[in-house]
Amino acid sequence: MNPQNNTHSELAEKFNRDVERVNWHDKTLWFVREKRDKAAHQIAEWEQLREAASQIKNNVLSNLHDYLIEFEKNAVRHGVHIHWASTAQKHNEIVHSIIKKHGANHIVKSKSMLTEECGLNEYLHQQGVNVVDTDLGERIVQLANEPPSHIVLPCIHWKKEEIGELFHQHLGTPKGNADPQFLTAAARVHLREHFLTSRVALTGVNFAVAETGEIIVCTNEGNADLGVQLADVHIACMGIEKIIPKRKHLSVFLRLLARSATGQPITTYSSHFQKPREGQEMHIVLVDNGRSERLASDDFRNALKCIRCGACFNTCPVYRRSGGHSYHTAVAGPIGSILAPGFDMAKNADLPFASTLCGSCTNVCPVKIDIHDQLYKWRQVLVQNGHTTASKKTGMNVMSQMLSHPTVYRFSGAVGRWVMRTLPLMINNKFNPWYKQREMPKASTQSFRSWYLNQRKHEQ
Amino acid sequence: MNVGLFIPCYIDQLYPQVGIATLQLLERLGLSVTYPTNQTCCGQPMANSGFEHLTQGTSYNFVTNFSEFDYIVCPSGSCTLHIKDHLHDEGHPDKAISIRKKTFELTEFLTDVIGIKKLAAHFPHKVGLHQSCHGLRGLGLAQMSELMAPPFSKPESLLNMVTGLELIELERKDECCGFGGTFCVFEEAVSVKMGQDRIADHSNHGAEYITGVDMSCLMHLEGILRRQKSKVKVIHIAEILNSVNK
Repeated sequence: MNPQNNTHSELAEKFNRDVERVNWHDKTLWFVREKRDKAAHQIAEWEQLREAASQIKNNVLSNLHDYLIEFEKNAVRHGVHIHWASTAQKHNEIVHSIIKKHGANHIVKSKSMLTEECGLNEYLHQQGVNVVDTDLGERIVQLANEPPSHIVLPCIHWKKEEIGELFHQHLGTPKGNADPQFLTAAARVHLREHFLTSRVALTGVNFAVAETGEIIVCTNEGNADLGVQLADVHIACMGIEKIIPKRKHLSVFLRLLARSATGQPITTYSSHFQKPREGQEMHIVLVDNGRSERLASDDFRNALKCIRCGACFNTCPVYRRSGGHSYHTAVAGPIGSILAPGFDMAKNADLPFASTLCGSCTNVCPVKIDIHDQLYKWRQVLVQNGHTTASKKTGMNVMSQMLSHPTVYRFSGAVGRWVMRTLPLMINNKFNPWYKQREMPKASTQSFRSWYLNQRKHEQ
Repeated sequence: MNVGLFIPCYIDQLYPQVGIATLQLLERLGLSVTYPTNQTCCGQPMANSGFEHLTQGTSYNFVTNFSEFDYIVCPSGSCTLHIKDHLHDEGHPDKAISIRKKTFELTEFLTDVIGIKKLAAHFPHKVGLHQSCHGLRGLGLAQMSELMAPPFSKPESLLNMVTGLELIELERKDECCGFGGTFCVFEEAVSVKMGQDRIADHSNHGAEYITGVDMSCLMHLEGILRRQKSKVKVIHIAEILNSVNK
């Protein structure tokens, strides 16, 4: 995904070399944020809904063990096979063993961020199983051999002309045709063949109801439904935090999910799967992959409330101007930046710093995750665990010493201002990232403190 | 009422006129204001960079300088928020807690504590208000565009008391400018792009001045404006509210 191990700031700098593209990316996603605002404004009790969703999720996280057992019991009662996977690797192995048992070498998959997190596609590919992503956006990035750049809008970084060219190469559409309706129709024909020939269909899970043992999959394209209805085997993969206690709680979450995600009142399809149809097999794989550990952390637990709506992406001024791939992780954006260090601190130590801590993410979050506060807390944890550079550490130590001692502070300030006035080239040079695209502030001859002392002296 | 004036380090060193305007404004309201002369910095630059453990010295110094006041007033939303959220002093925990409660950003102090209804300020210009994030979403100085709740704005209510001032509308009324402390150098490309976009919104709507409650955001925007050789200027809200006889 990121073979060069580039940091967010390096990848974002590359993304920013094409100003027109950044402007387009920013405006496209801001448009989605505005759609979300309009949709939310139509619900008088929007803030109460957020609070209710947050409380339900808090309850789930406090009683997860019991709800999982209840869910399993009810699902098994309906003839569903339940599998438990402690790690991404185990998840991948379980999914592969089911596919292998049925002698399939080809499956269709609707959108599942969990399988992105686990690297399922790569794993199955290595085992000789071809995975066809059936969500249109996901299929586009799959054809382009890229990961999704957004959890709800996987190919939001692609322009329609580029998609026309990609389809020309892979699906044989006429060169130069970038008509979205035409390209979608071409994708339908292409995907239909895979739907009809796949004996195994894999889906994600948006919500799993403990009380009934059913799972709910929300899509706009109906691709999850078509895949499952045509296949002999349905495998649904979910993180253990997707549980909600009762079916009635969907009345809170389904109202929030699509409005937060795209500004729609509800997704086109909210499909409930409770038991396999006659002759079909249904499997649910429940994945931990670090979630239990997260659950034990007071500071970071409530990131597990996330319902993957992507609202924090669309509102994030940094995400909009750096693109999803600059986050080099399956889930990008603000929520990704507080999830990723939990998986691998060393690899993702840059992400909690890819934020100004502006707090907009926290405000749009439909389940009230304190995203920007967690970004701040991750920064502390990362530094405490040594995931910082020697130069930053030295710089911070020097700064702390200087600012802790009033006389040293005043002396350094006076020297600094003198240098800025008399030897500006010492500061205004290419080694100063501030100066690259900004002028330095004009240094005044006196500090506020010297003015104040002077003025008080005259008053006396 | 005994008011301690908390002037952020970068204002003390680089923008003394903002400190002067704040002091004069408060004194004209008849308040007794003292600037403790051994203050330095609130510690935010270290804390936001992940080095909160290195803020013991600045916290101790802050508590030493400010514990005696009834109110502490600061012309910066960001520095105020840092004190309110993070000030610790292991030697004097009670003093630190008391300081957290009595520290106010300038505009909220004027509207909520003093409750001023009019100002003798005149500023005949088109002004765009930049909502600094820590003041907006941290201190709640105005309603946030993400929330479905009735609008209000403490800085705007004050600017509306200034004669001659025309407040311009913006397309994105509370998007971040991209300063973000050390973010502005470690994420230079995105930081500058965010600043350029914020400036474009203000200048497209005819702003002569961009104002705000945080000089740090304005310093970043000023750096870009000057590089662009733009005619648009930045000005701290205290300077506008203090602009008498000009």
